[in-house]
Amino acid sequence: MDVFLLQLLNGLDKGGAYALIALGLTLIFGTLGVVNFAHGALFMLGAFCAVSFNKLITLQKIIIDPTKTTAWGTPLEVRTPYAEAMFGDFGQWLVNYSVPVSIVLAIPVMLIIGFVMERGLIKHFYNRPHADQILVTFGLAIVLQEVIKTLFGANPIPQSAPDAVRGAADIGAMLGFQAGAIVYPWWRMVYLLFSAAIIAGVFAFLQFTTFGMVVRAGMADRETVGLLGINIERRFTIVFAIAAVVAGLAGVMYTPILPPDYHIGMEFLVLSFVVVVVGGMGSLPGAVAAGFLLGILQSFASMNEVKDVLPGIDQIIIYLVAVVILLVRPRGLMGRRGVMEN
Amino acid sequence: MSATPTPTRDLLMFVVFAAAVLTMPMWLAPIGAGYPDLLQKFAIYGLFATGFNLLFGLTGYLSFGHAAFLGVGSYTAVWTFKLLGMNPIPAAIMAIAASGIFAVAIGFVSLRRSGIYFSILTLAFAQMSYNLAYSVLTPITNGETGLRVLRSDPRLFDAAGQGDGPLVSTLFGIEMSGYPGFYFCAVLLIIGFFIAQRIFRSPFGTMLRAVKSNQNRMNYTGLNPRPYTLAAFVISGMYAGLAGALLCITDPLAGAERMQWTASGEVVLMTILGGMGTLLGPILGAGLIKYFENIFSAFNEQTLHRIFGFLPDFLETPVVAITSLFVGEGWQLTLGVLFMLIVIFLPGGIMEGFSRIGRMFRRSSGAKGSHQTAPAE
Amino acid sequence: MEILKVQGVNKAFGGLRALNDVNLSVEEGTVHAIIGPNGAGKSTLLNCFVGRLIPDTGSVMFGNTSLIGLKAHEINQAGVSRVFQTPEIFGDLTLLENIMIPTMARRDGEFALKAWGRVDQDAEIRDRSMHMLEDVGLASKKDMIAGSLSRGDKRRLELAMCLVQDPKLLLLDEPTAGMSRADTNNTIDLLKRIGERGITKIVIEHDMHVVFSLANKISVLAQGTVIAEGTPQEIKGDPRVQEAYLGGAHL
Repeated sequence: MDVFLLQLLNGLDKGGAYALIALGLTLIFGTLGVVNFAHGALFMLGAFCAVSFNKLITLQKIIIDPTKTTAWGTPLEVRTPYAEAMFGDFGQWLVNYSVPVSIVLAIPVMLIIGFVMERGLIKHFYNRPHADQILVTFGLAIVLQEVIKTLFGANPIPQSAPDAVRGAADIGAMLGFQAGAIVYPWWRMVYLLFSAAIIAGVFAFLQFTTFGMVVRAGMADRETVGLLGINIERRFTIVFAIAAVVAGLAGVMYTPILPPDYHIGMEFLVLSFVVVVVGGMGSLPGAVAAGFLLGILQSFASMNEVKDVLPGIDQIIIYLVAVVILLVRPRGLMGRRGVMEN
Repeated sequence: MSATPTPTRDLLMFVVFAAAVLTMPMWLAPIGAGYPDLLQKFAIYGLFATGFNLLFGLTGYLSFGHAAFLGVGSYTAVWTFKLLGMNPIPAAIMAIAASGIFAVAIGFVSLRRSGIYFSILTLAFAQMSYNLAYSVLTPITNGETGLRVLRSDPRLFDAAGQGDGPLVSTLFGIEMSGYPGFYFCAVLLIIGFFIAQRIFRSPFGTMLRAVKSNQNRMNYTGLNPRPYTLAAFVISGMYAGLAGALLCITDPLAGAERMQWTASGEVVLMTILGGMGTLLGPILGAGLIKYFENIFSAFNEQTLHRIFGFLPDFLETPVVAITSLFVGEGWQLTLGVLFMLIVIFLPGGIMEGFSRIGRMFRRSSGAKGSHQTAPAE
Repeated sequence: MEILKVQGVNKAFGGLRALNDVNLSVEEGTVHAIIGPNGAGKSTLLNCFVGRLIPDTGSVMFGNTSLIGLKAHEINQAGVSRVFQTPEIFGDLTLLENIMIPTMARRDGEFALKAWGRVDQDAEIRDRSMHMLEDVGLASKKDMIAGSLSRGDKRRLELAMCLVQDPKLLLLDEPTAGMSRADTNNTIDLLKRIGERGITKIVIEHDMHVVFSLANKISVLAQGTVIAEGTPQEIKGDPRVQEAYLGGAHL
């Protein structure tokens, strides 16, 4: 039971990341009809918002203190981040909380990126074949990836979670299991809650606002909504920007879990596409459900007990599920008829 | 494309192509590409792209997992070296057979769906193969280190032969490195091109283009599209397998990264860059990309300063700074930009560009019905 | 002798009964028209003949073969060809290729791996195809891309693609829909000429002018049921038909 619970929790946070990316992919696909292979790059850009923010506030002022020497006999260099020198305790706090605080930076940045991407590129591909959309966004993903590589180098850049949530929680002990049976890092818990909140936010937005209603109508029947004289194109831009923000935030918050490098996005993209297909192309609840489901399945498949029976299953479980689903239920778990079937 | 070229024109095209490939060491030398390693890569990836094009260009099925066949070809070839000996011919034959069988299995499942679903299924299979090659299949693939031929391998037919020196495959006593290695690959490219040309002009090729054009009509015409697409998939998988084997003849090493999906993306890029559905385009695309990779990535700031030395200093520095982003380590950036530009402005690739230029010169002859797809009525 | 026999066919979509115990018998060598108001189930019925839909109950016998459960291409290979309401052609191939494909399909079956010989060197296929193009008056456009044809020409091409297969039964789904009067008359002439070859045809049509100039026999479908059947003369005079189909107006 405790093992089961642990794996469930382990699967949930990764599932959260899949769900967030898949949600954006589905939104874009459902409304704009575009297959966005650059969506993983948006996740990656989000992660690098966190990295840049951290770099920015930890820019250091170096003072040489002639009165003291190091163990090697050279004058001691005292390094203080500017943020700390300028803002004192607040600066220290800022450094400590740089990952969650960088959300404030990431939101406008991702909005702008999303806006520029849609207006500058995607909109010209609404009526092109899906193969062209895949190819051009794939090209864009390479470009974004390479730009980040040039700016930040090829190595992963670890980010740390705030001190307060740095350790791990012994959830097992809290729930009355043996101490140490279920140890779950606090930050992953934060991530799980965060992704749940974002997903809830997106759904609420779509459910309760007029804008959201139009978007949902657009997903159900694009032509009719267009015929009603609703300016669907402007809304497309906004939807795309929202999806970019969602992917970006998913990336920001994931940095303490996995140090980001320039190709982190591609890895997530491939899996998220599989998630979208499993969930059912064009179905938002399907994307979310499949995201969590596959995250959990992956986590269970990586248990030693399972791997002993089926070696390597943890590596391929997601793809295997996708293959089976596509063959048994071609429209995915919650897919509708007639989406991308011609 | 309106009427198909006559047999004579096709023969001419083939002869010119073969001659061009065999003389590459001469005419590519002035642009710095005249050395055997790079030329060999041109030939191998040309073959890979030609095969990919038989599927994507003719039937329109976009596979994002073709690198898996490249990998299978490489592993098979190295195993053949290990078990039978260093002759490249059995290695190539075994690689074609193995990747063909692999393609039957993957194609049988993937081709039950079309469009983006097909792309994602093939991607899923390729990632699966890649992950397995790294983990469970380590006894066969030697995991991260990569599979290589060891001196202790049985090598049934030539174990006694080689004493020391690096292990390269040998064909009847000729070591497959340097120019012999290139010519071996070049001959196979020419054979591969010839077969592709036959397929393009054959009834089978026409049927494949019918699949791309209108599967519904095909069904109501009494034709079963699935065996046609499967045959195309398997043939193109075999081309990829052969290319994978050739990658191992000079350097008998097979690694899992060859199966990664970025490698699949690369062959897609080669094909569309050159022009999907054309015979020469994919080979041209493959050559260009490998050229960029090898030549541009060797550029550094010094070379750039030399190139832009004619500019006044205040211009030279920023120009060098900007261009240096795109060369050396940054050549992939160039590739990505190029990819986007081609898809946006020239979806037909370079071959389409050529024919546009050609048409500009032949305006007067009243070109009829160029590229029009079936209108959605 | 009857070539197609439909017995007790039912088909429902959810709660909607699209076909309700349909019986139909088509004599060899005749032109059999199926008419009826919009939503009467004409297209549904046709789709049951070609493998696009499978009836819930009932039988569709083509000669001695049951068509139920067969795939579209198997039905075609059995000798049934179909012309669509909006022409289904190979839009990015040339006209000649468009005709050669069905010609090869008839000779070589549903799949043949002929990857070596040149398609344009196959004299038998080429001659047959060219002959057919001449028959429908499209020979001069043989190297054009089919997608760039006018709508009327596309329809003629599609018809030629069916005829070149020498079908035993030809299904025509509104062959003159959306055509001008002149084009319609041309099509009627063309269809009459085909009539001389003795191919059995089932025509679904709205245009009464077309129906009465072509058909030997007419079945009237209303709300998924055959309400009348007979020669054009009988149908013209049948009050039930006028009631259901024409709302009482006289022809």
